[in-house]
Amino acid sequence: MDSAKIDQIIEKHRGKSGDLIHVLMEIQHQNHWLPRDVLHKVAAALDIPFSRVLRIATLYKTFSLTPKGRNEVHVCTGISCHLRGANKLLDAVERATGIKPGETDADWRFSLETGSCLGSCSIGPEIIVNGTHHARMTPAKVEDVLKEYP
Amino acid sequence: MSDVVMQIDGKEVKARDDMTVLQAARAAGIHIPTLCHHDKLEPFGACRMCMVEVETRGRKNYVVSCLYPVAMDLVVRTRSERVDKIRRVILEELLAHAPNSPELVALAREYSADRDRFDKDPSFCILCGLCVRYCAEVKQKNAVDFIERGARREISFIPEIAATECWDCQECFALCPTSYAQAAFFLTEALAFPGRRKASAKRMMTVKLPSMQRCDAQPTRLSNDRRCDCSKPAS
Amino acid sequence: MTRLHSATELEQLRAGILSSRNPAKPCIAVCAGAACHGLDSSRVANAFQTEVGKLGPDAGVEVRVTGCHGYCEKGPNVVVGPDEICYFEVSPEDVPEIVDRTLRGEVVERLVFAHPDTGEKAVHMGEVPFYKHQTRLLIGDNIRIDPMRVDDYLAVGGYAALAKALFQMTPDQVLDEVKKANLRGRGGGGFPAGRKWETAKNAPGKDKYVIVNAHEGEPGAFMDRALFTGNPHKVIEGLIIGAYAIGSHRGFIYTRHDSPQLIQHIEQALAQAEEYGLLGENILGSGFDFRVEVHYDVGIFVSGESSALMRSIEGLPPEPRPKYIRTSVAGIWDKPSNLNNVETWANVPQIVGRGADWYAGIGTAGSKGTKLVSLSGNVVNSGVVEVPMGTPLRKIVYDIGGGVAGGKAAKAVHFGGPMGGSIPVSLIDAPLDFDELAKLGAPIGAGGLLVMDEDTDMVDVARYFLEFLTNESCGKCVPCREGMRQTLKVLTNITKGKGREGDIAQLEDLNDVTGAACLCALGRTASDPLKSMLRYFKDEYETQIARGSEGKGSEATGSAAR
Repeated sequence: MDSAKIDQIIEKHRGKSGDLIHVLMEIQHQNHWLPRDVLHKVAAALDIPFSRVLRIATLYKTFSLTPKGRNEVHVCTGISCHLRGANKLLDAVERATGIKPGETDADWRFSLETGSCLGSCSIGPEIIVNGTHHARMTPAKVEDVLKEYP
Repeated sequence: MSDVVMQIDGKEVKARDDMTVLQAARAAGIHIPTLCHHDKLEPFGACRMCMVEVETRGRKNYVVSCLYPVAMDLVVRTRSERVDKIRRVILEELLAHAPNSPELVALAREYSADRDRFDKDPSFCILCGLCVRYCAEVKQKNAVDFIERGARREISFIPEIAATECWDCQECFALCPTSYAQAAFFLTEALAFPGRRKASAKRMMTVKLPSMQRCDAQPTRLSNDRRCDCSKPAS
Repeated sequence: MTRLHSATELEQLRAGILSSRNPAKPCIAVCAGAACHGLDSSRVANAFQTEVGKLGPDAGVEVRVTGCHGYCEKGPNVVVGPDEICYFEVSPEDVPEIVDRTLRGEVVERLVFAHPDTGEKAVHMGEVPFYKHQTRLLIGDNIRIDPMRVDDYLAVGGYAALAKALFQMTPDQVLDEVKKANLRGRGGGGFPAGRKWETAKNAPGKDKYVIVNAHEGEPGAFMDRALFTGNPHKVIEGLIIGAYAIGSHRGFIYTRHDSPQLIQHIEQALAQAEEYGLLGENILGSGFDFRVEVHYDVGIFVSGESSALMRSIEGLPPEPRPKYIRTSVAGIWDKPSNLNNVETWANVPQIVGRGADWYAGIGTAGSKGTKLVSLSGNVVNSGVVEVPMGTPLRKIVYDIGGGVAGGKAAKAVHFGGPMGGSIPVSLIDAPLDFDELAKLGAPIGAGGLLVMDEDTDMVDVARYFLEFLTNESCGKCVPCREGMRQTLKVLTNITKGKGREGDIAQLEDLNDVTGAACLCALGRTASDPLKSMLRYFKDEYETQIARGSEGKGSEATGSAAR
């Protein structure tokens, strides 16, 4: 965790209570999760109740209050991907990684999330690993794709 | 601030133009059930129990009276087949979580709600938000708040704050229609900050439980000090 | 980049840009839209840039990396101008040949469109079936624009409408034009934009805000992102014109956090517009000030609802407010706030530039102009489509969409995502029209058209949308949170073969209360997909329920089922 960078982000928004989402978003992108003491710092710097920070941090799927694995695997479960068999794809990913959506494996290798529609419905069903799209996936291809991510 | 003349249940009612329909009704002695409303708090509009039928310029609509503003010549019906159905189903949905809440049970009787319509999911909290809003707006401590979203929404006592604030206050416990708030606090205490309760010789007790007496003015309401504002003694 | 101080200077700049460009020079437009990007189009783009780079500064061909062309199914897409030769499924290995042939004025036959049944080839965009049936007023420019270069937008006439509004029209005249055009909101509500603008304009208070809703949370809808990422200036220009009409000096763009390309393009567009004096203080020397800031949703569908969106901008949890507090009167910080969808704003420049009469000549009596449609699901040609309002759905699904994938029959089409409905294929001749489709129970919504084939389990589709909404609702009000929870339970049981007699009555009862009592549109329309299912596909529900109550307990079928 790069505390200096996190502090920098917080300083940029000091005193601006309306910037809560911006701050948390930037920290999440930088750090991949939101430690509780950081949430306290944000509350203090933005002069808002800690409960509101916690509320926003738990409300949005993007924010994680626990550390993430090295590779973030996202299975699109938007309606178009669903119609093209996303459920079976998700089953295969769960088998290959050993975890369910929202979980991280014990070796910190994979964190799995599902979520809807990333706007590339035409190439569904797809999984996105660390921002890279793997288009037109089938359950059979899952093992090979995930092998690339140590 | 001018006066507005409107009709509630066929009765002519005068109200200030900055009032809500609920306020106007209460001032005129007309009862509308609520669950998430409290006079000391901003209206919330979450329970939907106070829904009424309003008619303006020939168009009917269903709105929550705790938020809907009064208007000249507004026609309000606090009971109708549709309004009653809405209240009944809402009660049935809530009874799945808190089947023994005295307040819900009393309302269920009035609206013929079937307590067992839905499978039980004993989370007890009906998410009326009274505890959260009281702590934020009146006590300004923000020791308890909502977390998560959708069907997973729940209240949560924040250990860092609850550890120092709640034991000396406990005022939200009496507001809770299902007694979940105090259960949540004690569970949080046991898990997160056990043994930090300030034991003072003078205040060796206890939670203030809602008194189980009925209020004359609003027969389906129990005489909690929280919402009964008729200032009549309980029978 | 020199700042522009008048409409004349803008036109001079435009003329300069055009004269420095040779319209006959071949331009290779490589699509970097979401789907093409997912198919690794960046490697194709890099290969082109390398290959053309080898030719030196006097190369006879140039490369432009653009936004979404629309034919997402066949990406990576390449269009070679000026004749709009379309190449599909291009790989980096194809690049040297394309460059070589283009310089010689020849076509790479193996990469052009070939009809799947007849093999008949179509070389130019106007001949390719997917494109030729469309009217691409909004998205057509995408192939001509590199979103990182504002000059490309100027080259196609950008910001001329803004200059016309600022210097030749009063704010009231602009408002009247938009009202006359009967531009209706493209985000899902279909509410007349001009009327909304007027309410905000007339609301008391000096501070007024305008907002671009670029949230696009509806599953299966991707056209807003395609438009905004590919041509951000068109939307920004519309926003500035609207701000001028309403009397707003501060704008907000609310968009998703998870598309880095979209964010980059918006930021670049705002910066470049400001550099040119098309945004900021004293726009084009007109005396009109307007500035824009960008805010992000970090992952919840309900924050696309206008009042929830405004709470989010304020830094608060995205809980909607009831509609009796109109946001055009009391929105962000309780100030009059006019919110419109990306596509709605994108329509404004052409309405002002070419006139309301011209605009009202397109479409039907109640629905004017063109509509972007995200065509996806079990369809052959998935992508972003633009057609005039009133176009029969049959044309979109079959002529443009190429029919159902895998040679199967179509069963239904669904509009409006989780807040819309499905209609059976027997109604496929229905026109693309706000009111007509709403009457049928499948409101256009944002414009995501899902094609469902004969194997689709209609109980599962309703269950899917309800599950989506239970996860995406804010959870504040009882009929939404609890009503959907109970409805979802019943549907899940049915799909698992555990249906019980009385389930349909139960569903209808729950639907009734959810539809009537919820706080916001998300809750109120949550019951709509199921309502449409019970209207058109009741027998399928009854069959599945009967299977359950007979104790047969078999698993639900369908391409999508577990």
